[in-house]
Amino acid sequence: MAKLTINGRVHEVQVDPETPLLWVIREQIGLTGTKYGCGIAQCGACTVHVDGVATRSCSMPVSAVTEAQRITTIEGLSPDGSHPVQKAWVALDVPQCGYCQSGMIMAAAALLAETPKPSVADIRAGITNICRCGTYNRVQAAIQQAAGISAAG
Amino acid sequence: MNAIAPLSRRGFFSVSAAAGAFTLGIRAPLAQTASLPGATFGGVPEINAWVVVKPDDSVVIRIARSEMGQGTLTGLAQLVAEELDCDWAKVTTEYPTPGQNLARNRVWGDFSTGGSRGIRESNEYVRKGGAAARMMLVQAAADAWGVAAAECRAAKSVVTHTASGRTATYGSLAVAAAKLTPPATIALKDPKDWTIAGKPLPRLDTVDKTTGKQVYGADLKLPGMLNASIRDCPVFGGKLKGFDEAAAMARPGVRKVVRVGESAVAVVAETWWQANTALDALKIEWDAGSNQAVSQATIDATLKEGLGAAEAFVGNKAGDARAALPKAAKTVEATYTFPFQNHATMEPMNATAVWNADRCEVWCPTQNGEASLAAAAEAAGLRPAQCEVHKTLLGGGFGRRGWQDFVRQAVAIAKEMPGTPVKLLWSREEDMLHGRYHPITACKLTAGLDPQGNLDSLHMRISGQSIIAGIAPQMLQGGADSRVFQGLNPGGAEGAFGYAVPNLLIDHAMRNPHVPPGFWRGVNVNQNAVYMECFIDEVAQAAGKDPLDFRRALLKGSPKHLAVLNAVAEKGGWGKPAPAGRHRGLAQIMGYGSYVAACAEVTVSPAGEVTIHKITAATDCGHAVNPQQIAAQIEGSFAYGLTAMLYGECTVKDGAMEQANFDTYPIMRLAEMPAVESIVMPSGGFWGGVGEPTIAVAAPAVLNAIFAATGKRVRQLPLKHADLRRA
Repeated sequence: MAKLTINGRVHEVQVDPETPLLWVIREQIGLTGTKYGCGIAQCGACTVHVDGVATRSCSMPVSAVTEAQRITTIEGLSPDGSHPVQKAWVALDVPQCGYCQSGMIMAAAALLAETPKPSVADIRAGITNICRCGTYNRVQAAIQQAAGISAAG
Repeated sequence: MNAIAPLSRRGFFSVSAAAGAFTLGIRAPLAQTASLPGATFGGVPEINAWVVVKPDDSVVIRIARSEMGQGTLTGLAQLVAEELDCDWAKVTTEYPTPGQNLARNRVWGDFSTGGSRGIRESNEYVRKGGAAARMMLVQAAADAWGVAAAECRAAKSVVTHTASGRTATYGSLAVAAAKLTPPATIALKDPKDWTIAGKPLPRLDTVDKTTGKQVYGADLKLPGMLNASIRDCPVFGGKLKGFDEAAAMARPGVRKVVRVGESAVAVVAETWWQANTALDALKIEWDAGSNQAVSQATIDATLKEGLGAAEAFVGNKAGDARAALPKAAKTVEATYTFPFQNHATMEPMNATAVWNADRCEVWCPTQNGEASLAAAAEAAGLRPAQCEVHKTLLGGGFGRRGWQDFVRQAVAIAKEMPGTPVKLLWSREEDMLHGRYHPITACKLTAGLDPQGNLDSLHMRISGQSIIAGIAPQMLQGGADSRVFQGLNPGGAEGAFGYAVPNLLIDHAMRNPHVPPGFWRGVNVNQNAVYMECFIDEVAQAAGKDPLDFRRALLKGSPKHLAVLNAVAEKGGWGKPAPAGRHRGLAQIMGYGSYVAACAEVTVSPAGEVTIHKITAATDCGHAVNPQQIAAQIEGSFAYGLTAMLYGECTVKDGAMEQANFDTYPIMRLAEMPAVESIVMPSGGFWGGVGEPTIAVAAPAVLNAIFAATGKRVRQLPLKHADLRRA
């Protein structure tokens, strides 16, 4: 039995304690916005926030998370897609296939929470998620837009 | 970054096949209406196969091709909407199913999505679908008013009688229009009059991708569904000898261990995590077969032998290169190699199936819905009419999802559990070890210069794998695979070789290893452009000429090739001083019906570290349906092509692939992505593709810039093996 606080709600799940948080979120909780990409914390498609910190949930056993820790998934980032990062993503038409974008957005939101006015170097060092469609330049521009920074900067 | 046109953004667009998968249940209601001549959509009659207009004026445009990120869904909708003269803000889309297409005599044409063909191949008939629907809506209004249709005009989903000013909305006319006979002759608009097509409109499918609502195949949930993970023999061509299921069956949630075909075994459990961990616990015995003797070294040796082989298939020939080369004032020779690549779509292969004795349904991300239907029927042991496929949005395709291996497996597993939906999801490792790999080739080029330094003779020998021989040998022509010569053809609309060389021979010694090949974004233009464009740079250097001037002289008779090259040279600052430490390189090619060129700007540090600062890219795709999405495709193609150039390499050991995840198959990330300045310069009069062509020019432009920076030619990819340190 594990108790998890996800998007402000407490969930009790019966699950092998070694089960990665990703699979508990997807299969027990039923929130499929968080994606499986590699299972070894390489690609970042599974990124969620644990107490506000971007975390690759595929490689974190559910037993490592306590009820007191606040887990936020893409579904809980905002009630209606109104987070500045989500709005910037829509405004710049960032996604292509979109599969990696939940993780990308969660990584971007965590970056901005920690560094509200990131430099280009901050963004390029801070966003390490893989996108095979190659949306990187629009990701960078959208983070700048969400931060209220001119893309020319 | 291209600006997005300030048009109103629609709040919510659903791709019904994907989102609807939750609500369709096991039996799709749409499938039951598919064979009816007057098919209806939620009680609303369709005007034709492409267009449904609902009473509230919303427009549903049917999209036959698969959306996998490339934007075809939006682009095709723009083309239909343009001719329909509907209000773009009221447009939604849906996928018709492969079963419906079968039942309606393929009214939607080809579902196959690859080769950058979505728009260039279907633009005419989808535009006619939109135009015919508009003509019927106008006719319905004219009939109601007792006037001639020619006295009425349509705009933004409203028909107006010009003389009287009377108006009627499409929604009010749709039922009457649907009863009319379709027009016999349909005139299409001149693209210069377009107001919806040709504009940089926002995509129709963005919002749900930013909130987690978008449902991919891997996310599908059906009532009572179980989950499966599979392991196929890691050695291609090997077989499953046997397995001891005791340890796996003892694990929580496990329902069944299933042999799948001759070479694979799957575990079915309540959750995928349970299935996959139980699969790890399964004791499997493989019969690896004779291919376990194959290594990268044996494959490389075969290719090397092909470089000098006497016999080869000729792809392009002019004059007599073999006779001219020995007489050249100066010769240049170089050998290049390009390794196997994996598609590595972000969403691993998956399919969900439910099998019953008289019916089988499949939900899957596929680039070819009809091929999925055929594969499902074959695996189910049923007729295609007893089966249905529901396409979901694809989490990347790049060619991989044209193959149906995962569909066959899912159906085979579901057949073992009648009536129970089973979702098969491949682990990343399974996905990497059972790809359809970009073919491996090597290339030897020999050039002869005349005393003035002009290119007089050129022999390009490609040695290596044919995709067609691997997937459809019946399509070989006299044993030859013409697709090997992509971008090198003597002429034609697909990929004409632009350079005029008096004595030219381009030929292919086919050498096919056991590794299954596949179409990988850009397919053979990837390595052909590296081989030719890097070598042309070498020849220019040997001739003591500027790489741009040298190319220009060879492209005098190819004005469209020349135009994109000139565009990137001008915008990329060729011939002007670069910022300190930066160096530039050029490349051009024609592929998928489009003319493309790139100018790259790089720095190489004394320690040999490469920074790709910027690539200026041009494409002449004839007609540009959505310029901002073309720009997105150019950027995306560069990320894909540069990943291959920097890191991409699958190698064979004991008959199997060595790279099983992103730790050993690295992917370019944001920190390495160059700025991309896109020049979309459609010259009209033809339709070229946009998803793939530009991928070809990124790598050679960067490699030529690296030479400019270091004096070193990188001829063996990926670049990670090259030593670019300067003493």
